[in-house]
This record gives sequence, structure tokens and C-alpha cells, in this order.
Amino acid sequence: MYASIKSFASSFFVTGDPLIYGADVSIALTSIAILFVLFYFKKWGWLWREWLTTVDHKKIGIMYLIASLLMLFRGGVDALLMRTQLALPNVHFLQADHYNEVFTTHGTIMILFMAMPMMFGLFNMVVPLQIGARDVAYPFLNSVSFWLFLFGAMLFNISFVIGGSPDAGWLSYPPLSELSGSSGVGENFYIWGIQISGIGSLATGINFIVTILKMRAPGMKFMKMPMFTWSVFSSSIIIIFAFPILTVTLALLFIDRYMGGHLFTMDGGGFPMMYINLIWMWGHPEVYIVVLPAFGIFSEIVATFSRKRIFGYKSMVFALMSISILSFFTWVHHFFTMGSGADVNVAFAIATMAIGIPTGAKVFNWLFTMFRGRIRLEQPMMWTLAFIPCFVVGGATGVMLAVAPADYQYHNSYFLIAHFHQVLIGGVVFGYLAGIYYWWPKLFGFKLNERLGKYAFWLWNIGFYVCFMPQYALGFMGMTRRVYTYGWDMGWGPLNLVSTIGAFLMGIGFVFQVWQILYSVKYGERDKTGDPWNARTLEWSIPSPPPMYNFAVVPVVDERDPFWEEKERRNFAPAEPVPVAKLEPIHMPRNSGIPFIFAACWFVAGFGFVFGWNWMAFTGLAGVGISLLVRSFTYDTDYYVPLEEVIETEKAAGRAV
Amino acid sequence: MSQHSAGAAGHGHGHHEEHEDHGSLKAYVIGFIISIVLTVIPLLVVFQTSMNKTGVIITIITMAVIQLIVQLFFFMHIREGEGPKYNVMALIVGLFIVVVIVAGSVWIMSFNSVVQ
Repeated sequence: MYASIKSFASSFFVTGDPLIYGADVSIALTSIAILFVLFYFKKWGWLWREWLTTVDHKKIGIMYLIASLLMLFRGGVDALLMRTQLALPNVHFLQADHYNEVFTTHGTIMILFMAMPMMFGLFNMVVPLQIGARDVAYPFLNSVSFWLFLFGAMLFNISFVIGGSPDAGWLSYPPLSELSGSSGVGENFYIWGIQISGIGSLATGINFIVTILKMRAPGMKFMKMPMFTWSVFSSSIIIIFAFPILTVTLALLFIDRYMGGHLFTMDGGGFPMMYINLIWMWGHPEVYIVVLPAFGIFSEIVATFSRKRIFGYKSMVFALMSISILSFFTWVHHFFTMGSGADVNVAFAIATMAIGIPTGAKVFNWLFTMFRGRIRLEQPMMWTLAFIPCFVVGGATGVMLAVAPADYQYHNSYFLIAHFHQVLIGGVVFGYLAGIYYWWPKLFGFKLNERLGKYAFWLWNIGFYVCFMPQYALGFMGMTRRVYTYGWDMGWGPLNLVSTIGAFLMGIGFVFQVWQILYSVKYGERDKTGDPWNARTLEWSIPSPPPMYNFAVVPVVDERDPFWEEKERRNFAPAEPVPVAKLEPIHMPRNSGIPFIFAACWFVAGFGFVFGWNWMAFTGLAGVGISLLVRSFTYDTDYYVPLEEVIETEKAAGRAV
Repeated sequence: MSQHSAGAAGHGHGHHEEHEDHGSLKAYVIGFIISIVLTVIPLLVVFQTSMNKTGVIITIITMAVIQLIVQLFFFMHIREGEGPKYNVMALIVGLFIVVVIVAGSVWIMSFNSVVQ
């Protein structure tokens, strides 16, 4: 009995590495601390009523934001482990197999569990406010999406201490990810973590398309929508067409692993390259999914902090929509070296270069918006200004990679690593950080401290260039990605050391941002006006933080930048309070515990499939089915906020007389 | 920007009161029966006849496409709803992407014949 428990535990838990034991201890201590706080302050009811069951888009947005910052920490620690390992030649800080796990989880977490949720957080925090809506189109589904993401991410993350992490790269190429290459459960964690959160991502895409199509304030025609809303719309279109491809591809891989299929194996008629072809049909649109909202954020910030309308609104819209279609025609540039012949490679090389044109047009639009504008260098604008040169260089190296014959030199070298980090950090991360700094006062009612933010900004920016510029050179010197160590004779040592220093500078920048948030919670400048940046769109016309129903009176829109036009009409005098007689009871969705339980059942099912425990998997799936049935027969899903409560809230905010 | 007094317009979460008809029971039953028939036909073809491989594949694909259309009309209410036909537009883009995926994969993956 004891022996069988011992043998089970030794394969169930990850053992042998002191770093893992350290992680075990810290996970246990953190969990105990959280449970202690919840019990000691009797916060269980509060947690359940206010957060776990909420369907309020603002609270869901905040939960996405917190989860994505935690994932940024985890992915960042992975990055620093890798850079420590590569700092000098012949280091044995990490073993080869552990290094494989670390680069795999770094990539997967940063794209799927950091960038995506941070993006969904911004969608949720901003879009309904920006279009004058009281919630998203499907608030219940929104909650389902969040909990599916969170439980998917948790399933992926526990592989670190239970069962073993995936180690076949962030896209799990077969045959490495097949049973022949990875016989452990790591790849199953990868498949199910992503599948479960992927359902949530698809639902979010649908939700925001419908929200933007159906929930805009009266008078807000398509060509009067704010740029961020346009970017969310184009990004959501890509989501609903790209994510099913990912789901199917991973399902096929799971058939190979679980049911002994031969779709992508080396033997039995399988075709590994077909997996790579399919996964990049999702993978390439995916990078546009995450970067288009960043473009939208920059467009809002540039207009606000230059005190001008965005230059070339129509060309911006056209660029966004054409990118969302063109992004489906470039996927082969990720595997030019497969050798599929000149005709295929040329076609996709040209498509790849073509997508640079609308992107370049947007850069000019931002520059012309600033031209003769009255520029204020506050934190969101600083990140925007840092983004432009960084993204231009990243885009230029991207065009170099798009030249198919030349790509045979760059493919999978550190040149490629430097390129995609430059567009993903310089574009996506800078964009989301700018968006967080910009909309933080709206959601939380206070600004983030300027001085600490500037330290973080400069550490991030200097760190970025110190880290990644040497990697371009290392790529030309022949260093390929995913090598876990290298010899003295290669001559890669000095540049790698510089690169590692840059990575740690960015890490210190992140620490400053955490400190900045904690400091600002207590000392941050409070926003009493609801419009701390003198901004242009509807979300700034309501108090910060907004009341639960967002808009007491639904606004009517008759031009672009409606809030700015209104401020000009009243000569920037304070807005008149609304007479109480104009207020009405407000129709709102009811909270529900089903999304949380539903997603938890998916987690149980996923965990069962990971270990091949069918009893557990089908129990979980039964729970999923029961949750759906219960929801189908729930009719009491909405209610009216009583008029007295609306009047009281509005009076307290000084918005009604 | 001015203010809109009728707070309810366009902000309904009250799906039950403002939604149009979800189709009759008759339509659902007819759709269900046609779908069952279209599913049984390929099964019979595979298990009960000795049609050659090409014939079987063509039968299955044809039945699948017909069933897709049946479900769009009887279950998915593709004809219903007022205002712009966003669902039809989404379907057309979806079909286009499917063609890109299938034709693109066939074209790209025929590389064996190019390389050899």
C-alpha cells in the first residue's frame, strides 16, 4: 500500500529539482496565506457575491487584468531563468530538459495566458463604456469566458508541479509532441489548458462582435465609433474565424495521443507538417488579434494627448479591417524552410509584405495626429511615443524575414527571436501598458503614480533595447533558438551577457510597476471629475469608477469624439447635473454562480483527460452538461435597479439634482 | 452628445419580451426528422451497400452539406431577424475562410511532388 502510494506520488508530483521544491513551498505558503485572509476576515461571502458570480463587465475586466499580471510574472520568471542560463557559456543552472520546459511555458503563457487575457480585460473595461452601453450583449457568457480562461490557465500552470510541464515548444510541433516524442502528461496539459481557455476566447470574440453591432448608443453610426472599438471589432472578427482552427488542430493532436491516431505521426501515414500548416493558420492571425487592440489604444491616446482628432480616421478603419482579412493569408512565412517550392513561398512572401502597408499607414496617421498638436507627456503618451520607433524597427526586420530566400538564413535564429519580441513587447505589451495607464483612473478612481511610473518606463525601454538588440547580432552569428547552452569557442558569450542584463532591467521595471500600483492604491491622485486626461470619448463622461449600470441616462451620439464636442459646446464649463425626473429604473442582468461551476467542471474533465482517468474526465463532462441544463431552465436572469437607488447613486456622485 | 431619455431603447437584456418568434415546434420536428434521415443515409451506405470508396466519400460529403443547410434554416433561423443580415455576412466570410484553409492546405502540402 505505502509502496504503491509512493510510486504514484513520485510520478504524479514533479521531483528532483531544487527550483521545483522552492516553487512547491511558495505555492503552498501563498495558498495558505490567501485562505487564512479569507477565513480570518470572513470574506468568503463577499468573494462569492461580488466577484466569483459577477456578470458586471467592469469587474470581469479587473479580474482578467489581475490574472494577466500574475501570468506576466510567471512568464517573466521563465524568461529570467532562460536568460540566466544563457548569460555565459557552459552554464548548468538549468538542465536541458528543464530548459525545454521553461521556454515552452514562457511562450505559451505569454501569448495565451498573458496577452490574451490582458486584451480581454481591456475589452471588458472599456468597450461598453465607450459605446454608451450598460453591459456587454451576453453578460452571462462573458462570465463563462472569464472562468474558462482562468481554469484553463490554472490547468496549464499546475503542470509545473504536478505531472511535469510540456516541453515541445510553445506550438507543440509533432512529432516531438506526439507520444513518441513526449510520453509524459505535459503535452496533455498543454492541449487541455489551451482548449478550455480557447472556448472562452471564442465566446468573448462572439460577445464583443454582437456588443459592438447591437449595443451602441443611439446615433453612434459605424463611422462614428471610437478607434479602440473599431480595433476590438476587427480583432474579434479574427478571433471567431481563427480560434476554431486552433481547437480542431489540438483536438486532432489529442486524437493521436489519446486514441492512438496517426494524423501527425512519422509512421502510419501521418503527416507532421500538416499540423504546422494548420496551427499557423491560427497562429499568424493570433498575432494580429493581440496587436490590433494595441493599435486602437494608441489611436485613442495619441488623439487625447495631442488634443486633436485622430488623423485619417477612415484610413485607420480601412487599415484595421483589411488587416483582419489579410492576416489569414500569410501563415506560410512561419515555415518557408519546409521547402514547398517557389510559387507557394513567393505568394506568401508578397502577402506578408502587403500586410505591412496598412500597418505603415497607421504609423503615419499617429505621426500626423501629433503634428502641430498640443502634446502632453503623461504616462500613456510616453508608452505610445516609445512604441512608434520600436514597432517600426520590428516591422522592418519583419519585412526582412518575409523575403523567402533570405529567410533560409534567419529562420529559427536569434534574429527571429529578437524580431518577434520587438513587435510583441514594443507593440502589444507597450500598447496594453499604455491602455492600462490610460483607463486605470476610469476603473479604479485614481491615477497611477507618475514618478514610479517613469522609473518603470525607462527601465522597461532601456532594458528592452539592451536585451534584444544583441540578439539580432547573435542571430547573424549563427545562434539558433532553443539551445540551452553553448561553448566558449562560439564567441556568443559577451552579447548574451549584455542581453541578460537587459532582461533583468525589464524585470526590475515590472517590480517598479507592482510597487507603483500598491503605492497608488494608498497615495494615488484621486479622480473626482471622471475625466482626468481631458479626453474625447463617452467613457470619460461618467464618474470614475463608473456606477454599476454605467450610464444613468443613455447618451445620444451625433458626431465622432462625442464627449469632446459636448465639452466644446459648453466651453469646458462643468457639466450640468441631470434633473431627477429624467432618471428611470435600470434593467440589468443578475449575477450567477453557474459560470464558475461550469468552468470548474471543465477543469475536472481536463485534469481527467490529462492523466487518462476516464472516470474523472466523464464526471467533469457530466458536470458541464448539468450546468448547461440548469442554465437552460433558469428564467430569472434579470432585474430592474430601483429608481431610488439610481437617484441616490447619481446624487452621491453629484450627477443629479 | 446629448442625453437620451428613454433609457430602455436598445439596451434590453430582457430577451424574452422583445425577441421575435423562435420558430414553431413543427419546424423543429421537420428539421429534426430531415437531419436524422440525412445522417442515416450515409450510415446505410457504409454498412449496407458495397459502393466503392469514391462513391461513399461523395455521398457522405453531399449529405453533410445538405444537413448543414437544413440546420441553418430549421434550427439557426437564418431567415429571421430584422436589420442588416450580419449572420449571413458572417457565414459568407466563414465559407471564404474555409475555402482558403482547404485549398491553401492542399496547395501548400503538395510540396512533396515539388521537392522530389
